[in-house]
Amino acid sequence: MTPRDTFSLAWGSLAYQPGRTLLIALAMSIGVASVVVLTALGEGARRYVLDQFASLGTGLLIVIPGRAETSGGAPGVLSGQTSRDLTLADADAVARLRDVARVAPLNVGVAQVSRGGLSREAVLLGSTAGLLEIRHMHLIQGHYLPAGPNDQATPVCVLGERIRAELFGQANALGEWVRIGDRRFRVIGVLATQGQQMGFDSDETVAIPVAAAQQLFNTVSLFRILVEARGRDAVAAVKEDLLALLKVRHENDADVTVITQDAVLATFDRIFTALTLAVSGIAAISLGVAGVLIMNVMLVSVAQRRSEIGLLKALGATAAQVRGLFLAEAGLIAALGAAVGLLLGLAASFVLGRLYPVLPITPPPWAMAAAVTTALVAALLFAWLPARKAARLDAAQALARR
Amino acid sequence: MIELDSVTRSFQVGDQWVRALRGVSVTIATGEFVSIMGPSGSGKSTLLNLLGLLDRPDSGLYRIDGLDVTALTEAEAARVRREKIGFVFQFFHLVPRLSAADNVALPMMLAGVQPAERRERVVRLLADVGLTQRASHLPAQLSGGQLQRVAIARAMSMNPSLLLADEPTGNLDRSTGREVLALLEELNRRGTTLIVVTHDQEIGARAGRRIAMEDGHVVADSCPSGARP
Repeated sequence: MTPRDTFSLAWGSLAYQPGRTLLIALAMSIGVASVVVLTALGEGARRYVLDQFASLGTGLLIVIPGRAETSGGAPGVLSGQTSRDLTLADADAVARLRDVARVAPLNVGVAQVSRGGLSREAVLLGSTAGLLEIRHMHLIQGHYLPAGPNDQATPVCVLGERIRAELFGQANALGEWVRIGDRRFRVIGVLATQGQQMGFDSDETVAIPVAAAQQLFNTVSLFRILVEARGRDAVAAVKEDLLALLKVRHENDADVTVITQDAVLATFDRIFTALTLAVSGIAAISLGVAGVLIMNVMLVSVAQRRSEIGLLKALGATAAQVRGLFLAEAGLIAALGAAVGLLLGLAASFVLGRLYPVLPITPPPWAMAAAVTTALVAALLFAWLPARKAARLDAAQALARR
Repeated sequence: MIELDSVTRSFQVGDQWVRALRGVSVTIATGEFVSIMGPSGSGKSTLLNLLGLLDRPDSGLYRIDGLDVTALTEAEAARVRREKIGFVFQFFHLVPRLSAADNVALPMMLAGVQPAERRERVVRLLADVGLTQRASHLPAQLSGGQLQRVAIARAMSMNPSLLLADEPTGNLDRSTGREVLALLEELNRRGTTLIVVTHDQEIGARAGRRIAMEDGHVVADSCPSGARP
C-alpha cells in the first residue's frame, strides 16, 4: 500500500465525519495557538527589556562604592556610604583611563524644588555634562550642565519636562530662577520628555552640577560613577583598568563594585528565556490534553469501525497497514489542527502587537516549529494505543454476524 | 488444492470451552464447488474462518497448494489472503463512504497496485458483474443484489484461486439470490475454487460437492476427497 493511498483512505474516513474531525482539530489548534502566542509574548517581553538596556548604552559600566564580597549585603547601594568614599577625584582619574569615552559622577537625592508659590519634590541628580550622552537623554531647550572642572558648584539646573510644566506652566522657564533646598539655581535647559526608562523617569528629575549637589546634601561621597567605554569590545578591558586604578587610589583595597551592562543584559536574557520556555511548556500541556482527546475519539472510532477493520484484514491488510491507517488519521487531524493553530496564533500575536505597540510581539520561528512538532508527536503517541488495538483486532470476530 | 488434516479449534465462551471443530479432515481440489451445510453451532463458520486464514487451528494441518499456512506470521497470512483468497459475506461489508469502484479497488490498493492499473481492472471487474453504470454510486444508493455483486467483484479483484462465501444469498430475496449464485457459479466455471457456507438447501444442492457438518464433525461428504477429478 503506497503512502498516498494510506493518506487518501485516512482522509476519506476523516471527511466522512467532518464534525468530529473539526472538533479534534480545534482542540489541537487551540494548543498550538496558545504555544505560539505565549512564546511570542515571552519573546516580546525579553526583547523589550533588552532594548531598554541597550538604550542605556551597551558600553556602560557602573562603579558602585563597596564590595559585595566583603559586606555580604547590598554593597552600599542604599546609602553610598562605605569605609572609603568614591570621590570626584576618583571620577576624574577614571576619565583619564584608556578607552573611556565619557564619565559622569552621580549623586542622587530628593529635594524640594520651588518657584514662587509652587513647590514640589523632585529627584535631584548631581552630575556633569557627560550624563546627557551616557543616559541618551535629549534637550528641548537651552543647554545641559556646563562642561568644566567637576568641583565647580555653578548654581544652574536642567529641569525634566514634567517639573518644568508644573512649575512654569505656559511661562518661559529658561533663564528663570528656581529654589532647590536652600539655594537658588538658574534654569539653563529643559529635557525632552522621554518617559519611564528602567524604572527611572527623567521627566521628574532636576539635574544640577555634582559639586552643588554634594554641598546641598552635605557629602563628599559619590553615589555612582557612570563610565562609558569606547564601544562594547572595550568594556572588559576598561573594567579591569577601573578596578586596578581604584584599588591603587583606595590604599590597595578593592572596595568598589563594577557592574557592566553586558552582565546585566546577559542575566535578563537568561531569565526571560527561562520564563518563555516555562510558559510555553505550560501551553504545551494543552497539546498533551488534545492528544488524550485524540486517543479517546480514536478508541471510540475503532470500536465503531470493527467490521470495517475486519474487512480490511480479510481483504489482505496486514496489522501494520491497519495501524498505519489509524496513525495517518491522527497525523492528518494533528496537521490540520496545527495549521489552523499557527494561523490563529499569528493572528492573535498580530492583534496583541497592535494593542501593545511597545512590546515587539513576534512569534519566534523555533516556537512555531516546536509547537507543530509537539502537536504531531503528541497525536501519534496517543493514537498509538487505538491504532494498535485496531491492528490486533480479531477479524473473524469483527466480521461475525451480530 | 486445499488440505485440512485433523483440524481442531475451541473457544472459551464465558467459563465454558466450546469445541467448534473436533478433528476435521477435508481435501478440496482446485476448481471444485463445495457447499458446507449444517445447523447453527455446527462449526461451519469456524471452518470458513480457518480456510480464509482469519483464524488458526489449535491443532492439525492446513495446506494451501502444498504450503503449510498454520505456521505463517501475521503479515505472511495477510499476503496469502490478499493474493489467493476472496471473501463474500452475508452482510456485504462494503465501506459505506467509498463508491462501488473504490470498494472494488480496495484489495488492489492494499496490495500496492498502481492507480492506473487499478482503474483499468475495476472497469473490467464491474463489467463482469454487470454494474458498469453504477461505478460511482455509494453503497447506500445500491440495492442488495447490486451490493453483493460489488462485493463479488471486490473478492475477484486480485484474481484469487479460492473464493469463500458465507451465506452469500442470506440477505437477498430468492430471485436476486439466484442471480448472485449464477454469478458465483460462472466464476467457479472459470477455474476458481468456490466454497459456500449456507443454510439454503437449494444452493447446497447445486454444489458439485456437499459437506454436512454437525457438532464440529464432518458427518457427510457427497464426494469424499480424492474421488473427484
